[in-house]
Amino acid sequence: MLAMNVVVCVKQIPDPAAPQSLEASTNTLNRTGKLIMDDSDAYGVEMALQLVDKAGGGEVTLVSMAANGEVSGLRTALAMGAAKAILVSDDALKGSDALGTAKVLAAAIKRTQFDLILAATESSDGYTGTTPVQLAELLDLPSITFAKSVTIDGSTVKVDRQTEAGYDEVTSPLPAVVTVTAGVVEPRYPSFKGIMAAKSKPVDQVTVADLGLSPSDIGAAGSGQTITKVVDAEARASGEIVVDEGDGAQRIVTFLEGLKLI
Amino acid sequence: MAIDKILVLVELTESGPTATSLELLTAARGLATTVEAASWGPGVAAAAGTIGEYGATTLYDIGDLGGALPGVPVAGALVSVLSTSGASALLIPTSYDGRDIAGRLSAKLNVPVLTNVTGLNNDDGLSTEHPIFGGTQIVHAKFTGTGVGIYVIRAKSFTAEPAGGAAAAVVAAAAPAAGNTGTATIVARHVEERSGPKLDEAAVVVSGGRGLGSANNYAWINDLAKLLNGAAGASRAIVDAGWVPYSHQVGQTGKTVKPTVYLACGISGATQHLVGMKGSKNIIAINKDQEAPIFSVADLGIVGDVNKVVPALIEALKSRG
Repeated sequence: MLAMNVVVCVKQIPDPAAPQSLEASTNTLNRTGKLIMDDSDAYGVEMALQLVDKAGGGEVTLVSMAANGEVSGLRTALAMGAAKAILVSDDALKGSDALGTAKVLAAAIKRTQFDLILAATESSDGYTGTTPVQLAELLDLPSITFAKSVTIDGSTVKVDRQTEAGYDEVTSPLPAVVTVTAGVVEPRYPSFKGIMAAKSKPVDQVTVADLGLSPSDIGAAGSGQTITKVVDAEARASGEIVVDEGDGAQRIVTFLEGLKLI
Repeated sequence: MAIDKILVLVELTESGPTATSLELLTAARGLATTVEAASWGPGVAAAAGTIGEYGATTLYDIGDLGGALPGVPVAGALVSVLSTSGASALLIPTSYDGRDIAGRLSAKLNVPVLTNVTGLNNDDGLSTEHPIFGGTQIVHAKFTGTGVGIYVIRAKSFTAEPAGGAAAAVVAAAAPAAGNTGTATIVARHVEERSGPKLDEAAVVVSGGRGLGSANNYAWINDLAKLLNGAAGASRAIVDAGWVPYSHQVGQTGKTVKPTVYLACGISGATQHLVGMKGSKNIIAINKDQEAPIFSVADLGIVGDVNKVVPALIEALKSRG
């Protein structure tokens, strides 16, 4: 293949290192603060860049949705080397579930040319892990999840897919949807030049109406599920935490003896 | 009021239904008047006895898929199975194939999937529990759409118990032609051998994390696991770093373990890890950072250098013979 166009689904999420909270009225994750690119998506972006590079032509397009119009996470991926982004941004998207998200991404992806769609196996905030496959079904495409290696051979994608027992070699004709695990490639750090270039790369902001989607399919209205309550989990009784003064190993031995394990 | 009928998707290995599948059958039995099952592969009919013993009366046999990835054909078959069965809920084990099947089916039926379920209740209809924020809080949710509710349930959420029922009646339910979506094909399978007890079944699990400093030091984790007749696990950080294969990973995206003792060596305890091991009966943690979240779930916490404590522990256990 002389040119390879790859779409990468990118999610912008609240910084997992910062304290998380739920919105009081809906019990959904509070996403009002600054959003960053989900670390899990860096692998798909890197994989896409390498595949385009190997093909000797084509480009990487990011597709994302965010109710609040956030772009800073997309700039990170653009700085890594993606050519452009489509961001679906609309208040109506708030409370969308995985299937609603897949409908939005499918409609956005139809606006661009692609040979391959990459996504993470799951996001680090919602970790539903079904959106990419739902997306494939909506686009009438084959999908291969949990890729630990991805290569392109002509118009075929070859994937080593993780299984409970080891891995399977799986092939599929292009175009296809592939989800990549964190082990697939080592993501590059954006260079200073990349960061500067990213500022002027195109981010096409579209609304739900632009995509021709019905508000009843997306957002909280389309989610078909409701949170009835949120309760504190049963806390574990606090344990004995001691600073090792050369006796750490012996304390563990004593603990294991108490359980009659040794 | 009991739920009328629940369908359970059963995954098979060469030795029969997976542990999670049997857990789901057991849970379904406690919630519904009638439990039915569906499964695929060459061994479905042979599993009818076990599946019946765990409470299913009917077993829909989707058949052998040849080399096709299960997601598309199994979801396609389930569309007609659900319509024949009339079940109001479908329980699917959390697994690589389980999530594929749930995603495909959800889009085909235009209904949502409730994933990462760790508890089911009958609260005027089926209600689910999902742990969030590292398992510190539990969200209770309900499917409110029309049609069938699809639930993807994590391993070890329930205890599997046979009920002694007769073998399930096997009903053929072949997958429809899949068209373009079904063109992904398995061309070869590779099994990565592990020695010793299985990670998700061992009474003792010894896991290593980034605190070990280097891939070479993971050898201590293997040694320690062997001495305790346990299995060696790992945090996502060192699996991502390529120190050990993915099959060792404990956590949200890895295995869920509930051993008698979980020994975390140099693991800080990120949410993603805690979710997979928090249910262990006893937790021992060694970490140099007193503030590490792993200590919030530890029964015994050693604040110290894992590279000193672990070798000393190995010596101490060896000297006991």
